[in-house]
Amino acid sequence: MRPDERFRPGFWTWLFGVILAAASVVTVLRYWKGLGFVTNLSDRFPWGLWVGFDVLCGVALAAGAFSITTAVYVFNLKRFQPIVRPTILTAFLGYILVAVGLMYDLGQPWDIWHPMVMWNPRSAMFEVSWCVMLYLTVLALEFSGIVFEKLGWKRAIVIQHAAVVPLVIAGAIISTLHQSSLGTFYLITPGKLHALWYTPLLPLLFFLSAFAGGIAMIIVESRLTSRALGRGLEMPLLMSLGKALVVALGVYGGVRLADMLRRGVLGEIVSGSREAAFFLLEMAIGVVIPMLLLSLRAVRRNSGRLYHAAVLAVVGVVVNRLNVSITGLEGAQGGHYVPSVAEGIITLMLVGIGMAVFAVAVRFLPILPLVEQPELATAPAPAGSLTALPARS
Amino acid sequence: MALLAHPKARALLFDVTRCIGCHACSQACKESHGFPGNGEETELDATTYTVVLDKGDDRHLRRMCMHCVDPSCASACPVGAFTKTELGPVVYDASKCIGCRYCMVACPFNVPRYEWSNPVPVVRKCDGCIDRQREGKIPACAEACPVEATVAGTREELLAAAKRRIAENPDAYYPEIYGEHEVGGTNVFILSPVPFEQLGMKIGLGTEPLPNLTWEALSKIPGIVGVGCVGLSAIYWITHRRQQVAAAERDGKE
Repeated sequence: MRPDERFRPGFWTWLFGVILAAASVVTVLRYWKGLGFVTNLSDRFPWGLWVGFDVLCGVALAAGAFSITTAVYVFNLKRFQPIVRPTILTAFLGYILVAVGLMYDLGQPWDIWHPMVMWNPRSAMFEVSWCVMLYLTVLALEFSGIVFEKLGWKRAIVIQHAAVVPLVIAGAIISTLHQSSLGTFYLITPGKLHALWYTPLLPLLFFLSAFAGGIAMIIVESRLTSRALGRGLEMPLLMSLGKALVVALGVYGGVRLADMLRRGVLGEIVSGSREAAFFLLEMAIGVVIPMLLLSLRAVRRNSGRLYHAAVLAVVGVVVNRLNVSITGLEGAQGGHYVPSVAEGIITLMLVGIGMAVFAVAVRFLPILPLVEQPELATAPAPAGSLTALPARS
Repeated sequence: MALLAHPKARALLFDVTRCIGCHACSQACKESHGFPGNGEETELDATTYTVVLDKGDDRHLRRMCMHCVDPSCASACPVGAFTKTELGPVVYDASKCIGCRYCMVACPFNVPRYEWSNPVPVVRKCDGCIDRQREGKIPACAEACPVEATVAGTREELLAAAKRRIAENPDAYYPEIYGEHEVGGTNVFILSPVPFEQLGMKIGLGTEPLPNLTWEALSKIPGIVGVGCVGLSAIYWITHRRQQVAAAERDGKE
């Protein structure tokens, strides 16, 4: 691993610089003048883009880590080993950025530790805050192996490897809990959230859509990384993920429609309302079109088409979370919420930081599989081994 | 898990047929909390805990915290900043609050307000004049009302009084007491001459306390943790055992 290229800022780097500069101005104003000065949040819409996108989507799209680590370490599907590290990195960054986003959104972010000592087990928010804290710890420990490897700390590597399976199991349970609990948030709003989204199954639907979104995100991130670094792609793996994504979207879409049928709200879809339009948008780009595309072998085999289908699924999860947190509440709350420019700048900054740190990390840490030597990257682990990590340069 | 109505808890009864829209209650509220403004605001805000709304036809409606029997805000708050007091009012402890604003999302009556322009913001809502009530006084709004449109008493007394008013004068009232059953009951009751929705009040909230809806999901957590630990460990054991057996057989043949 060597930073062999001289630093040459291109268009994206410049754009990132501009966003960072603007975001620092917003940051100062946010803490100096208060939330009302920089956001379009109000008593009617106490939650906006920062919760709807930064938190809800950030967590949902980081779901790839728990599903892939579980597949590899628990289900022993070793062929997915090469993408374990990049997905852990994605999730780790995702959750760190959720935490950073909360520093902007919480009214008193310096008290963020309060849920650790002031308990309210009846609160979905209490559960989510604990799960996010615990899962950040799990991700940090999972990620630490990569750093130990880079530093060559042999004893630390051995200890970390011994803990991997318990960590993965803990991560899977914690993720299941808080992915679904983000949906539980809205169970308390039956009189507010539109019938197209309000259902007692919200927790399950949030979990299922996050599961699909996490897989889609791995495909997206693999392609972006390979383009940025000019490296090959693990196409057979990504094709399998494409197939898995069809199944995951199918289960999610199926449960969603069956639930709507059972609740007798299918008629709402053709009511011609604003909500119906957003619902159709969400289901079309997030479920129906990607499922149709990915069920074609020709799409799954072509890295560009596979990528675009996965992007649709990712956007679909984003639209769903924004629909639940914003669109679906507008009718009952009276009026519309559109994020302010400043809110947009902070969100862009978080996305930008995530991408920048990812780009730096994959250059300096042993994260990406060696596709140039596929036999090395997919070599089966020794029987019974907990480590099962392919050798890296 | 649900909280039950306490018959002796303090409550308020607001009667639309009696209210003359004089704003004495909202002014008294401002005064007793030391808030700016003349009491004629039309929206709740961080320094307006109650408003008197002109609904036409000489009808006036008060809006304030309903002091739910099993409050959504109290169940939603991750740090337990809201408490349903034995005395009746739902009170808020700003020193605990982290500012997540889930209480505002959760409240079925859209009551909690936020200090959006304060860099160290807290949630604001009617505190049921808890300090006055602890001293044995009644809430400032009820004390100020010149026509007994807002009266204070125990939940039990006021429910009986409301039922009596409807029974004695059935033509003057819509025959329901808002707050008797809504979201499991509230400690503020409203009597109206017309169906509540005609005054723009929220109806169809159901009689179940809303915290039950989230608890339904949250109470499954221990089960998920248990099944998850056992299930995933078992799967791990099976998948890796199979690999070991396969390896052992391979070794045996060689």
